[in-house]
Amino acid sequence: MGELQNLMNIFINAAFAQNFVFIRFLALCSFVGMTTSMDNAVGMGGAVTFVTVMASIISYAVYQFVLVPLHVEYLQIIVFILTIAVFVQLVEIYLKKAVPSLYRAMGIYLPLIATNCMILAVALLNVTEEFNLLEATVFSFGASIGYVLALVVLAGIRERLSYAETPSILRGYPLIFFIATFIAVAFMGLQGIAR
Amino acid sequence: MRNLIDILKNGILKENPVLIIMLGLCSILAVSTSVINALGMTLAYSFVLIGSEITISLMRNFIPKTLRVPIFIVVIGSFTTIMSLLLQTFLPDLNKALGIFIPLVVVNCIIIGRVEAFSSKRTVAESIFDALGMSLGYGVVIVSIGAIRELLGSGTLLGFQIFGLSYKPALFFILPPGAFLTIGVEIAILNKILSKPKKKEGSK
Repeated sequence: MGELQNLMNIFINAAFAQNFVFIRFLALCSFVGMTTSMDNAVGMGGAVTFVTVMASIISYAVYQFVLVPLHVEYLQIIVFILTIAVFVQLVEIYLKKAVPSLYRAMGIYLPLIATNCMILAVALLNVTEEFNLLEATVFSFGASIGYVLALVVLAGIRERLSYAETPSILRGYPLIFFIATFIAVAFMGLQGIAR
Repeated sequence: MRNLIDILKNGILKENPVLIIMLGLCSILAVSTSVINALGMTLAYSFVLIGSEITISLMRNFIPKTLRVPIFIVVIGSFTTIMSLLLQTFLPDLNKALGIFIPLVVVNCIIIGRVEAFSSKRTVAESIFDALGMSLGYGVVIVSIGAIRELLGSGTLLGFQIFGLSYKPALFFILPPGAFLTIGVEIAILNKILSKPKKKEGSK
């Protein structure tokens, strides 16, 4: 069992077998709210991927170099959420000044990200699973890929669905959840591919 | 007093945080595999919501406008930490079953939304009733989903056999897809009930 195989395993587990949206039920607010069009889904997905990976690395460093030496591990919830909120704020300020074009594309998604539960969940799971820095990075990247996949799939189906004739009581949220049911069944089939 | 009752009712029906505003879905779907888990999650959630709303309402005249969001986060985070430590000590089994969703109460959109929209502007009494109403609204949804999933998925309610031993449980409802299906059906039924009086608008 090589190191590379271990990392592959973590990645596949995070992205598919334990998909963060369909199997672990995280980040459902944005899954329902941000998939009205493909552009929204891709923009949100890109922004979340960047923030999740960076926040995972930063929170790992904060935990190892601040919380553990001071023996205040029980403060991790407050410290992690504040770290993520500050990081998102800094990214927003930086993008506004330095890369205005990217800010216009990504800016509206950033305030929503601080309360995206997937990012905090990844930071906390890194601690409970006792990952090292490399493993934590791979895990957070895998989680984000799974999230982007879920958003893009649902946005694609919803774009088609808006032209379809659907029963009026199912219109809107009920249909979204029925579609999610079928996709989740498909993801259940991937359970066996990782350890 | 009438006003307070209205605030309470508002949380359960008209502004039901889950089925109408579509917030806080993650914990609802993830831990509603049984009624016990659903009740435990409601308890944990109401503790944080009531505590935060009272605290923010007491401090509402001292919080500078520009710093309000970080202060809200610290208050909610503190109550979440207290609740998580209490559960670890007194109810370790429940804590294990709810898992990651205990610390994730801190990013529950309903709590920060209510604190920002309601208790940072209202009196303590109104805030308590708002928190109670919102907690009940959350509890009704999560417990009803938990009851349906437990009944169909393992043939029990609160651990008691309902359908008898010959019933073959539909494991589907305990697994993740079952949660999506159950909440989809619940929202569809609610839509049907709410759309009846104004039929013309709904049929366009």
